[in-house]
Amino acid sequence: MNRKRTRFLSTPYILWIVGFTVIPLLFVFAKAFTDQSGTFTFGNVTAIFDSVHRKALLLSVELAFISSLICILISYPAALIIKASGVSNKKTIMFIMILPMWMNFILRILAIQMLISSNGIINHFLTVLGISPMSIINTPVAIVIGMVYDYLPYMLLPVLNCVLAIPEDIIEASKDLGANRFHVLTKILLPLSLSGIGSGITMVFVPSMTEFVIANILGGGKIQLLGNIIEQEFSVSMNWNLGSGLSVTLMIFVLLTTVIFGRTTSESDRGFVI
Amino acid sequence: MIEKTLGKIYIGLILVFMYTPILVLIALSFNDSRSRVVWGGFTLKWYRTLFDNSSIMSAFGTTAALAFVSAAVASLIGLFAAIGIYSMKKRSVKVMLFFTNIPLLNADIVTGIALMLWFVRFFPLGFVSVLTAHITFNIPYVILCILPKLETMDIRQFEAARDLGASTAYAFTKVILPDLLPGILAGFFMAVTMSMDDFVITYFTKGPGVNTLSTLIYGEIRKGIKPEMYALSSVLFLLVLIILIIANKTDTVKEN
Amino acid sequence: MSKKLIELKNISKSFGSNLVIDELDLYIRENEFVTLLGPSGCGKTTLLRIIGGFEKPDIGQVFFDGCDITKLPPNQRQVNTVFQKYALFTHMTVAENIAFGLRIKKKDDDYIKEKIRYALDLVNLPGFENRMPDSLSGGQQQRIAIARAIVNEPKVLLLDEPLGALDLKLRQEMQYELIRLKNELGITFIYVTHDQEEALTMSDTIVVMNQGYIQQIGTPEDIYNEPENAFVADFIGESNIIDGIMVRDRLVRIGGKDFECVDEGFEENENVDVVIRPEDVELGSVEGGYITGEVVSIIFKGVHYEIQVKSDIGITFMVQTTQNFPVGSHVGINVIPDNFQIMHKPQSEDEEIMNKDEAVKDEHES
Repeated sequence: MNRKRTRFLSTPYILWIVGFTVIPLLFVFAKAFTDQSGTFTFGNVTAIFDSVHRKALLLSVELAFISSLICILISYPAALIIKASGVSNKKTIMFIMILPMWMNFILRILAIQMLISSNGIINHFLTVLGISPMSIINTPVAIVIGMVYDYLPYMLLPVLNCVLAIPEDIIEASKDLGANRFHVLTKILLPLSLSGIGSGITMVFVPSMTEFVIANILGGGKIQLLGNIIEQEFSVSMNWNLGSGLSVTLMIFVLLTTVIFGRTTSESDRGFVI
Repeated sequence: MIEKTLGKIYIGLILVFMYTPILVLIALSFNDSRSRVVWGGFTLKWYRTLFDNSSIMSAFGTTAALAFVSAAVASLIGLFAAIGIYSMKKRSVKVMLFFTNIPLLNADIVTGIALMLWFVRFFPLGFVSVLTAHITFNIPYVILCILPKLETMDIRQFEAARDLGASTAYAFTKVILPDLLPGILAGFFMAVTMSMDDFVITYFTKGPGVNTLSTLIYGEIRKGIKPEMYALSSVLFLLVLIILIIANKTDTVKEN
Repeated sequence: MSKKLIELKNISKSFGSNLVIDELDLYIRENEFVTLLGPSGCGKTTLLRIIGGFEKPDIGQVFFDGCDITKLPPNQRQVNTVFQKYALFTHMTVAENIAFGLRIKKKDDDYIKEKIRYALDLVNLPGFENRMPDSLSGGQQQRIAIARAIVNEPKVLLLDEPLGALDLKLRQEMQYELIRLKNELGITFIYVTHDQEEALTMSDTIVVMNQGYIQQIGTPEDIYNEPENAFVADFIGESNIIDGIMVRDRLVRIGGKDFECVDEGFEENENVDVVIRPEDVELGSVEGGYITGEVVSIIFKGVHYEIQVKSDIGITFMVQTTQNFPVGSHVGINVIPDNFQIMHKPQSEDEEIMNKDEAVKDEHES
């Protein structure tokens, strides 16, 4: 192919990026650094230090961190078990893991609510069994359950992809050189799956941190994450400048996460494709 | 042996965690009671009345139209973009991939707000604004599905076709396109999925009166979800399941 | 004779319904360079993996220095392996790769440093400590894989087709290198390959395998000059394998013509396989030939010509010679008695199976 000529095939996309990715983001910045009368201000961005906002930010980070951690703790052993079982049909496993994502996202969260609410399904069974019912709905615990449930596939897939891609002969070589199972895990498997874990963390942490729907449904509207506050600035309080200012803060955190956990979204790690 | 059993139990528990909510929703679609937690007996009536519920049907129409149109446009732009990026120098590729990653990595809420702030300056929000937003976040998925295929493709095939007398256009459609087809289809399918599953960006960019299934459900949370919605979701879930199984089967047959 | 270091007794192994190794017995002496040679699927790699501890035999036992190690996991065996595709740890530097086994054994840092230097010198890559495996060529990766194995001072080094991924020139260099290493280290090498040239060049002993059975064990000279059956003759070097009848001791009939040979102990008029190496067929003037023939084709191969001669007794011989005979020319053909290798037709059950399998395979392929 004449590479010089085919390069221009991406022109429509470049225009699209400029028109619908770059300029809109500039608008967010423009709103963020002006007040409602249009004069320049840092107020909307520094508003993150107000106690309500700061509390929401800290809680968002905390819940996102816990959710990511739980997702790793669930996914990594699962990936090791699947690798050890020598299942050759990777496609089927992936298929089973992504399938739940085709049920509507909000309905799935509502189903979690039905399961864990005070007069929910699980409590019905607990009562029948004579165990005292649990009350976790409308607490941060419920939100974490929802986040883990919704984002688990985003961790499972890259981790599984990465672990399954570790060649068997490298593991055998380490055993040959005297490694026991603990050594194999700490010196070979974990270091070689860091990239998968890294992309899993970004793919779970970012949406968890910026989430507002899960918090609304499972937190009963009582628990405010940063996402909830931003959403309300736009839909209820109609202070778009403040909303944009807080969004900029959020973006900084997203950027930090992706920088810390490495180059991620590229090809192989995003094992979505069936 | 014990280890293997424990492993199976562990994987089993994960599957229970992942699928219980799905089963609850499917069960509710057969529940002859409007309560979410009380079983009122088995019924098929929600499936029968589904088509009479105009708000659900119109939201479904909007969702489907959005998904397929946005996926088609995104596939087209994405295909050309991928070929363009593939032919670029390394540094330009990096820049392009950086911008491609923005909608993927950025928080949905920020993407939604940014597009909304931009759109409202020019026209009232409505179907077109949502469609544009969906195309925007779908193109990156398409590109990331096609680029790896391009990278593993043997460019000499194209040169061979040219050598044998094919015109550029002919060689492209007969040699390159069939090679890329799995990637394009994967990208299209993923775009449809992402579009159907999106709530946040739609929520911010839609105008009044426009509803997708997600926004309709969100609006009904407080009044209570109509049982027909469970029925529709179950049908859709089953449909996707069947399509995926068929796709997987034909794939395996081809590989053999 | 040095003592037996490894003994395999009555080993069988199958994967699913596929029997890969069938009741195999083998011993390997200390300081021997043993090559397991055979076509792919003959069970040679599986045998190596059983010695390394990566596969457990279904039945049979593995002895190391007199102790039964059949159930011992690989990390507790005194053998180390050089893997087919090197299996270097891509996330570690060369030094870390080499130190891997020593760190697990909790050797002190000075000792490890010294060992790394020694091993890199030994494989001719001094100063490569801080390179990453990805940045090395195939041949260099190969040497690092060897260095990584030998710092652990194994009594036996297992090498699984280690030169398979290298190009021809490098492969030949590495052959000399391996012989040198073996002599310097004074340990046992067990080497798996399907390349007969590698086997002939390096080994003290060659074990020719096919279909899970040992076909022949011997020195390279034995295997080449006195193959025990048609499979070995065919697999090692190129051969004319011809049907013949053993008229009596020292006389074989081929295509109706009697030839003198040196073999004895066959039954009178027994059907036999006659092997003649292409370089042992002598071409000359028609007058001087015991039989005559016509040159059908000639190919220049560098060191020699490869010529097909259709003889007047109806048999086409493949001949290697440094002389040029144009196509269509008539030549005389001589073979001295020493160069006929007479073999019984396959009779034992194992050999029957082997031949049948071959036939089935041929049918599939055609």
